[in-house]
Amino acid sequence: MTEPLLKVRDLNGWYGESHVLHGIDFDVREGEVVTLLGRNGAGKTSTLLAIMGILSKRTGSVVYSGTETIGMEPRHIARQGIALCPEERGIFASLSVEENLMLPPRIADGGLALNRIFDLFPNLHERRRSQGTKLSGGEQQMLAIARILRTGARLLLLDEPTEGLAPVIVQQIGRTIQTLKTEGFTVVLVEQNFRFAASVADRHHVVDQGRVVDMIDGREIDANMDKLHAYLGV
Amino acid sequence: MFELLGIPPQVLLGQLLLGLINGSFYAVLSLGLAVIFGLLNIINFSHGAQYMMGAFVAWMLLAYLGIGYWWALIASPLIVGATGLLLERFALSRLYKLDHLYGLLLTFGVALIIQGLFRNYYGISGQPYQIPDLLSGGQNLGFMYLPNYRAWVVVASVIACLGTWFMIEKTRLGAYLRAATENPVLVGAFGINVPRMIMLTYAFGVALAGFAGVLAAPIYSVNPNMGADLIIVVFAVVVIGGMGSILGAIVTGYGLGLIEGLTRVFYPEGSAVVIFVIMAIVLMIKPEGLFGRAN
Repeated sequence: MTEPLLKVRDLNGWYGESHVLHGIDFDVREGEVVTLLGRNGAGKTSTLLAIMGILSKRTGSVVYSGTETIGMEPRHIARQGIALCPEERGIFASLSVEENLMLPPRIADGGLALNRIFDLFPNLHERRRSQGTKLSGGEQQMLAIARILRTGARLLLLDEPTEGLAPVIVQQIGRTIQTLKTEGFTVVLVEQNFRFAASVADRHHVVDQGRVVDMIDGREIDANMDKLHAYLGV
Repeated sequence: MFELLGIPPQVLLGQLLLGLINGSFYAVLSLGLAVIFGLLNIINFSHGAQYMMGAFVAWMLLAYLGIGYWWALIASPLIVGATGLLLERFALSRLYKLDHLYGLLLTFGVALIIQGLFRNYYGISGQPYQIPDLLSGGQNLGFMYLPNYRAWVVVASVIACLGTWFMIEKTRLGAYLRAATENPVLVGAFGINVPRMIMLTYAFGVALAGFAGVLAAPIYSVNPNMGADLIIVVFAVVVIGGMGSILGAIVTGYGLGLIEGLTRVFYPEGSAVVIFVIMAIVLMIKPEGLFGRAN
């Protein structure tokens, strides 16, 4: 078996004095879509922020493509090929849609071409001159995903991309993630919407109290439904 | 010709022109403060001292090296900007994790040190600086005499302001700057070197102050206190326009210069305080400033 693209081992993280990650372990292989599932406050978002280096007080090991990144600053981690689509979307109000889209610098070859991105998200092309935050919630989410596709980053960290969106938009985001998979992107998806997660991901990691407590293959999800319900408390 | 409330037009237009020239300095200086405040969240109290340095460096270039006005207009802002770069790199950048007040205190202390050093070496009597040959003389506009150099100050300040506005609002570099002003953490997570951007932005704001200083050198005497006198008014301008608002700083700078000129015509006793009166009113009615965004 080949080395995983992302290898997280014994990842601990703190907000100030508050210890939120207690030894996260998981692997992501190239081209996979995996989820981090769990209740509110389980440590899913913190895990993404710790991988990105934004949660700066962290220990353990995060190896991306053979390189240890635990001691790096966020901008150097980004340059390795990891990109974050944050939970709050992070659309800049003082930038137009187009400026938002073009903001992240290219870090490597192999990103999606601009016309390919506009094929995926036609709304963004129509509204490219609008102020970024004048878009609807769904369009802002599209923009937040779209702008990390053209940089050449290969590992995408998507933090609750369906949160608060209408079902038809959720479906569109689901199709987008499928497309990203066929384009060869690797995705770590944090989700509360379990049904959405089940429809797009290859594997699921259950996060609870700052640890990965279980891993379920996407194909065996039906057999594990009761267990998952117990974990997620739904 | 017409008279307005018993005021001859020569007086009115003359004071308006004077107001516009003062406004040119207010605009360039408050623009530099706004650029710095926007990204660094620091009120740059050494701005006046850096303006003074701009004038002094121009004078020194001429007195010691024989380098004239036009080269000084480029070289002096670069030199003063470079000192700003060092200040940010070695002092200011250590304070970002603390309250913004510490940045203010540091730059205030730096201003006092710079002014003290220049006072020590050059006294307070002021050094003369000649208007460049190309801009000596003036135009008779019929209703008044317009010195060429003063017209140039207005033109040069407008160019500097529009150029800065264009760079920030319309270019890719400006988009980075605006984004980093909103959310530096996310911009850093995209792989952009935010600390370097902050350093260069501070240097740029300081260079603008230096540029204003060179413009001022032939009009006002080049002396160590020239910035301290001006900067208090400029702070009031920034408060009125709204902290960190680029367009607000420019419009308010020229506008308040003109209002000050008008006041000098109609109620001369009030001209020295009119800007502060407006500041007090704006603070009570719209504390975020005329062009500022409420948080």
